[in-house]
Amino acid sequence: MKNDKTLGAVRKRKALPKPYPPTGIADRDGVVGTLMLAPAVLYVVALVAVPFFLAIALSVSDATVGDPAIHHFVGLANFIDVMRESAFLLALRNSVIVTLATLVLLTVLTIILVELLARPFPGKRFAEILIILPWAMPAALAAVGWLWLLDSEFSPIDWVLRSVGLLGPGTALGPANNLYYLGREWLGLGAIVVINVWRTLPLSAIIVLAGRTAIPNELFEQAALDGAGYFRVLFRITLPALGILLTVAILFTVLVIFGDMTVVALTTRGGPGYTTEVLPYWAYLKGIQGGALSQGAAVALFLFPVLLAASILVLRMAYRREEA
Amino acid sequence: MAVLEVRGLAKHFGDFKALKGIDLTTREGEFLTIVGPSGCGKTTLMRLIAGLETPTAGDVVLDGKVITSLPPRARNIAMVFQSYALYPHMSVADNIAFPLKARGVPRSEQAQLIRWAAGALGIENLLHRRPARLSGGEKQKVALARAIVRKPALFIFDEPLSSLDAQVRALARAELRQLHERTGVTTVYVTHDQIEAVGLGDRVAVMQAGALRQIGAPQELYNEPANTFVAGFIGTPPMNLLTRGDLIIGFRPEDALPRAAMAKSKDASQEAVAFQVNVARIEFLGSEWLAYGSIDGAFENARVLCRLRQEAVGMVKVGDVQDFVVSSSRLRFFDRTTGLRTVPAATCAPAQEAVSEVNGKVRM
Repeated sequence: MKNDKTLGAVRKRKALPKPYPPTGIADRDGVVGTLMLAPAVLYVVALVAVPFFLAIALSVSDATVGDPAIHHFVGLANFIDVMRESAFLLALRNSVIVTLATLVLLTVLTIILVELLARPFPGKRFAEILIILPWAMPAALAAVGWLWLLDSEFSPIDWVLRSVGLLGPGTALGPANNLYYLGREWLGLGAIVVINVWRTLPLSAIIVLAGRTAIPNELFEQAALDGAGYFRVLFRITLPALGILLTVAILFTVLVIFGDMTVVALTTRGGPGYTTEVLPYWAYLKGIQGGALSQGAAVALFLFPVLLAASILVLRMAYRREEA
Repeated sequence: MAVLEVRGLAKHFGDFKALKGIDLTTREGEFLTIVGPSGCGKTTLMRLIAGLETPTAGDVVLDGKVITSLPPRARNIAMVFQSYALYPHMSVADNIAFPLKARGVPRSEQAQLIRWAAGALGIENLLHRRPARLSGGEKQKVALARAIVRKPALFIFDEPLSSLDAQVRALARAELRQLHERTGVTTVYVTHDQIEAVGLGDRVAVMQAGALRQIGAPQELYNEPANTFVAGFIGTPPMNLLTRGDLIIGFRPEDALPRAAMAKSKDASQEAVAFQVNVARIEFLGSEWLAYGSIDGAFENARVLCRLRQEAVGMVKVGDVQDFVVSSSRLRFFDRTTGLRTVPAATCAPAQEAVSEVNGKVRM
């Protein structure tokens, strides 16, 4: 009796599902695809494309912060005006120097860091946390720290130098009691580069470390058996294997650095004079602080060809990697 | 031609003893295969010889020189990994040239050696390709060329054939052997496949649980296994092992014949022992048949395998209890507690009786 019942229940349940489940909107790839992509497209159009074309329009107009409407077309007048200023050449030079110096230092340090982190050692976890810290730190907090480190009077670096007898009257770095990091052209630029590297090293190191750990260990063992020493392994095995990943990680960082104004804005503010000025900060000073919106847009657009070229390079490398 | 000697080599990973003191000496120019189930320590042994791991105890001696403390690159040893470990961003030619460049061989000599190595393996037409564009067999040849190009004192192979498919593998085996005959370099070859080990090696070393169980010529291992592990590991299907009292009695599947077939065979004049086998299944293997069965009574339903020639198949029926006869000279005896080989049957009357008690001794 009981058996019959269960058998009946099974039969009933089996009869329920239809031969073909109903299809809905979720089965139509075209519709789903459009819906999924729409937010991304909207985002790019609203926050990238519109401001970009607005900037181009502004750069060939006579708009100001007081009157931001575009009334008159002035051709390339803004560009010519900007280029005639002495600050422009300094800003361009500094942008290039800061970016290139950051690039070189970042590459070398990334490789050293990754080589160290790829090996097991006691306290490795702790070291990894310390290394990722700058990246996770809020910019404002970092700025406070760096401003104190580089303070013109109370810099701990100066204090250390003084106590080991390198700074002060009658010493190698003397006679002043302080180095005034942010008050001198090259020390200021150096400080900007160091802070840039400090900020970007964690990200590039972690990207490259992921690539490094993906290299099969047997490759290194094989190289060791083949008779290769440390530097041969580094330059002939490790770096070529990391090649594209390393380049993309570094180029990506450089892209950010070249268009970035926060470090300069928080430390030297372009001073003394315009000696540590960089293009993005100068564009901000001119366009927003100075009110010459059209000239600021013109300065910012000087960055565009460089950033575009770097972006194309990164994308092409990324695609080449996919093909390989 | 070099001689490799391993003295009391041990390796512990924490509490786990991967190697429990191995002693092993190759002969000059020998092809020695090391075989054992996975986890027996054979790969660890090889990595210790190559210098990729540091031993817990013991020494590695190559050509009379202790090399235990030398880094891999200072030992004149070439190794071919299971994955071949080709450098992916280098062409085949650059891969083969790498060990030469690392050793500072002059450029003109490099080209000549690369041509020689590529020629020896028939890969001259692949020199400009990248490893990603090679088939499994081609990759293996490139790895071999890279290994022989610097004329090492010792070759180590870590299961180099396991990633090839069956057809290519047979070919590659022949090629490996040929290459060894041509170069004459002492070779240590590690595999988990006993067919490969027996087929390739001048001598075979059988390892189990971090220890060396037996080393000898393939025939020796097959006919005179030193213990039950080797008896059960070498040969497909393995030796039948039957427990009886303090003894384990072993015989090869092809040595058990139906009683009627025994009468016709050339061993007929010899003293033989009969077993009553419950035949459960017969399997066709092509040139021969395999009978699966069990032996009741004192052997507690022990499973046995018997290999049957074509002419004997008609004498065996599935489901029947059939008399199988094994010539006494083909029986091997092992100690039940240690698993080690004990005195042969002829001089050991109790052992003989142990068998005859149940099944009856037959003379023909």
